[in-house]
Amino acid sequence: MANALVNVPARARRGEIIEIKTLIQHEMETGYRVGTNGNMIPRDIITDFVCKYNGEEIFRADLFPAIAANPFFTFYTVATESGSISFEWIGDNGFTAAETATITVE
Amino acid sequence: MKRALLVAAWLIIAAPALAAEIPLGERKSGYDLMGPDTRAMQDDDTANPGMLWVLDGEALWNSKAGAAGTACADCHGDARASMKGVAARYPAFDATLGRPVNLEQRINLCRVGHQQAAPLPYESRDLLALTAYLAEQSRGAAIEAGIDPQLEPFVAKGRELFMQRQGQLNLGCANCHDDNWDKRLAGSAITQAHPTGYPLYRLEWQSLGSLQRRLRSCISGIRAQAYDYGAPELVELELYLMSRARGMPIEAPAVRP
Repeated sequence: MANALVNVPARARRGEIIEIKTLIQHEMETGYRVGTNGNMIPRDIITDFVCKYNGEEIFRADLFPAIAANPFFTFYTVATESGSISFEWIGDNGFTAAETATITVE
Repeated sequence: MKRALLVAAWLIIAAPALAAEIPLGERKSGYDLMGPDTRAMQDDDTANPGMLWVLDGEALWNSKAGAAGTACADCHGDARASMKGVAARYPAFDATLGRPVNLEQRINLCRVGHQQAAPLPYESRDLLALTAYLAEQSRGAAIEAGIDPQLEPFVAKGRELFMQRQGQLNLGCANCHDDNWDKRLAGSAITQAHPTGYPLYRLEWQSLGSLQRRLRSCISGIRAQAYDYGAPELVELELYLMSRARGMPIEAPAVRP
């Protein structure tokens, strides 16, 4: 499975705005490039990214061929309660990756 | 007397033609010349894409390979302890070969000699990952390459190549990296050729790459024929550049635009 790095603050105050950062390893091959053999290199990209906070979707992104290799997302949410924040990436050729982080809200 | 005057005259005439090396106090890493966004990317280990290769490298370090069925960790143990500061000394002198080898070559010598495995191709994902993992163990350590007196002739050869004009544009490395590092080329900062962060993630490459990849693209840029990966000339150049940067901290895996 591809390496993924997520950065979620371990602790936060209730109601605090927290920054979440994620980085995933992926070639993001556009499908528009020609290989050294003259044939088109088939498209191989991540198509979807979803972030859930205690099971509830808080962020979603659709990805397209113009997005650089190793996509990096940073976004914000409000720390409402302690629990887990899960991340899922889905892509071409059955690519899936998942990561979870825990947060303590006090 | 006449002879001394002639020498003095020659020195005065020749001096402007000789590229001046950058004074110690004015040395900068590419980090100091890049924008705040790229710096922030390098500084945060969860935003620095080079860390993805480091993770791969750690897995490779602990996985068995080759006919001997040994992992790097079986001999070297925990890289965090055993490999601390090692990358800061490379390229280093290899007594068997009688010449300097860079970190990639050292990894492959170990693979062939001790693990009895096939050498990893240059710029392959696995070789970059292992190199990045090793280099990361030296983060913050001062560069010590080229101190070994046996390396002296090779540093000198590397320096010679650095000063040598070549290619259709008739440029030497020094013409940009010593004489014009405070200017820009096509909007990008011209750096001082202090390779503190290799292997590094270039946003332009969208990948990690070695110092030799950087050197080869620079050589193609002056429209000269680039040396092959692992060529002695490239290792000597690498050695000279690292010895120029002696005392500067290792940043690997760095991020550059």
